[in-house]
Amino acid sequence: MMSPQRIDNQPQRTHGSFRLRAGRPLPFGATLVPGGVNFSVFSRRATAATLVLFEKGSAEPLAEIPFPREFRIGDVFAMTVYDLDIERIEYGYRMDGPFDPASGQRFDPRMVLMDPYAKAISGRNVWGEPPDWNRPFQYRSCLVPEDFDWEDDRPLEIPLEDSIIYETHVRGFTRHPSSGVRHPGTFAGLMEKLPYLRELGVNCIELMPIFEFDEFDNSRTHPGTGERLLNCWGYNTVGFFAPKAGYAATGRFGMQVDELKTLVKELHRQGIEVILDVVYNHTAEGNEHGPTISYRGLDNSTYYMLTPEGYYFNFSGVGNTVNCNDPVVRDMVLDSLRYWVSEFHIDGFRFDLAAILGRDPSGRPLSNPPLLEALAFDPILGKCKLIAEAWDAGGLYQVGSFPAYGRWAEWNGKYRDTLRKFLRSDSGQLGELSQCLQGSPNLYGWNGRGPTASINFITCHDGFTLHDLVSYDHKHNEANGEDNRDGSDDNLSWNSGAEGDTDDPHIQALRLRRMKSAVALLMVSQGVPMLLAGDEVGRSQAGNNNNYCNDNELSWFDWSLVESRSGLLRFVKNCIAFRKQHPVLRSARHPRNSDFLGLGSSDISWHGTRAWFADWSPESRLLAFMLDGRYARDGQMPDDSLYVVMNGHWEPLTVELPAPPAGGSWHVFANTGADAPDDSYEPGTEPRLPEQRELLVGARSVVILVSR
Amino acid sequence: MALEVSLDVLDGTALIELMGDLDASSAFRLKEMVELAATREPKRLVLVLKELRYMASAGLRVLIFAKQKLGKDVELILVGAQESVLQTLQLTGIHQSVTLLDELPESLALERRRVPA
Repeated sequence: MMSPQRIDNQPQRTHGSFRLRAGRPLPFGATLVPGGVNFSVFSRRATAATLVLFEKGSAEPLAEIPFPREFRIGDVFAMTVYDLDIERIEYGYRMDGPFDPASGQRFDPRMVLMDPYAKAISGRNVWGEPPDWNRPFQYRSCLVPEDFDWEDDRPLEIPLEDSIIYETHVRGFTRHPSSGVRHPGTFAGLMEKLPYLRELGVNCIELMPIFEFDEFDNSRTHPGTGERLLNCWGYNTVGFFAPKAGYAATGRFGMQVDELKTLVKELHRQGIEVILDVVYNHTAEGNEHGPTISYRGLDNSTYYMLTPEGYYFNFSGVGNTVNCNDPVVRDMVLDSLRYWVSEFHIDGFRFDLAAILGRDPSGRPLSNPPLLEALAFDPILGKCKLIAEAWDAGGLYQVGSFPAYGRWAEWNGKYRDTLRKFLRSDSGQLGELSQCLQGSPNLYGWNGRGPTASINFITCHDGFTLHDLVSYDHKHNEANGEDNRDGSDDNLSWNSGAEGDTDDPHIQALRLRRMKSAVALLMVSQGVPMLLAGDEVGRSQAGNNNNYCNDNELSWFDWSLVESRSGLLRFVKNCIAFRKQHPVLRSARHPRNSDFLGLGSSDISWHGTRAWFADWSPESRLLAFMLDGRYARDGQMPDDSLYVVMNGHWEPLTVELPAPPAGGSWHVFANTGADAPDDSYEPGTEPRLPEQRELLVGARSVVILVSR
Repeated sequence: MALEVSLDVLDGTALIELMGDLDASSAFRLKEMVELAATREPKRLVLVLKELRYMASAGLRVLIFAKQKLGKDVELILVGAQESVLQTLQLTGIHQSVTLLDELPESLALERRRVPA
């Protein structure tokens, strides 16, 4: 018997030569369906909508198809168009409705708007290639088939306590002429550097924004050369579903989706996770003077937080604020994150200015923000890493109090500040420091969050590099064209005796030692370490602490440093390997400072120049701690014991050593006060300390001992 | 330059030769040819790309389509891809699911000569 012909995917009507059918309202965006494409777009207040189709690259539309009234369900316009060649089509929407800024409406049917759910966006296909500014429709939505061959790949789900994060920038990482890659500044270029990352030992890379953004949104010029400064950081999203075409060597073919997926797949093969730095707090449309790209023209008062007068609230510091707790916008954020996890196998996200995600539509902080809760409990995001930058430019600072729902980790800004103060020998830091080393239980222990709530870092893209932290007292941002007024003035840095470049070998040695001490402390702290790319080779930005607009040697990774700073690189590699070898450094729970297994000594103990007697007084700058390896992972993974001495004093100090708790003797893993190659050893090759009862610890140095 | 496509099917091998530019306007012709080849249930599909000057994303998509249309057990062999085409295949990961050869395997070349035009 023949089965009856299905009629549910047949066209119902025509518009010119196009055959149409009422579409399905979900999912939003353009979805390939049998025989056609389903277009669905939300607008609560538009009175009419038109689908605008373009032949790829052509300035004039190929067709404009108004959505018939019957194709609207609720606030969603949905239509299936048949027989479209998805390779040749770009699309957008015109929306009609009131233009009345005072009431928040800015409809303008003359504009063609980008689909907020566009999976690929054309218009900025090649990095830095100036667009045709006269073109009315700058950003074209493109269709993307979901046919990538992932084979057996899936997100790696590395336990957060085992993660070692490397924060980097897709373009800056390989754009420098010294990178030696075939496709500098692209996803493909980054892929060529995977052997380097693997050898370094990190198991997670955090990519600064890779969603489509406009590098041309900065109108400033370089004060010296007069060249236009590009926004190379990309914290100004154009579309939340589309990878930046200009970061793909194949962007000119519109193949950026495949190129990024290929990179993720290869990273996973190498055991490296991918976290995306995502920016949902504001968009590239800026304030009322900014361009109309998408959201503003689709439904301004839904997508943005507006003042009662219809202006843009600016909690982001850059013009507008996404109205994240409007239920429609909340869904868009969720849909976007789900898409990156399910389609791109992304392992986690770092949310820029995440405190904004906890504000209500009028800007008030919510005690139980629905978006943060939804993300924490979302089934598709169920295993991925969620990291908050727990503050915003509106003054909300939530480090330690970010609504976590048992899931969220935080960039621990207090860790950064305390470590910086200790590293420049400030007084009164040891109490705070001891908290930082334990995963900040003072911030996270009160509501049952463990050390993995704390993403530990001393430097990140925002601020000084590690080299500059020990080489500059003050920021030097002249190259940004803002008379050095931009960027933070509060860097907690110290130049070690001379501002900037110096030939003084003593100062150079001190800087190197302080850099090593910083990395050593980062790698022996409970919590999750994050290293800024290039810090492992002492990359400098010449004192620029806000390097968002220098797409040049000031921000590119100079690969010649891998040779010239090979000593520092070796030290960092050893520290990473050491952390990976010792589960006692990667606890999922805060130390209890007690003998809870009844072994005769506590899991962690605190010491000073005298063993068992820590000096917590304000003028003391030396602290030591011992981790009893028998307590590693609650006694489930017995490990060696470790002894870490941190001397923040400007003079060497003699330190009395306790005996290793389980017997054996102390071996030296690292001593930042020693010159290479005695500054560190490959784990497993540490030499025995000749004198077991006391140790001379150099000025501003860190010593790490391991029992065996 | 327009695209020229030809198809031979010999003993379980479907052989498609491409000349010219494979872009959005011509990719459908390759797609049709792949569909035709699929009806003959070949054990392998060989695409000879020596004379192909350019392949746009639409062409790459047809390769992915071919792989999925023919199934896992059918080997997809690309012969003589020029450098620019080859690079795009690599950057987008497509090279992982196909076999890339510089020359047509001798056995196939011989077989082709035996078959009268």
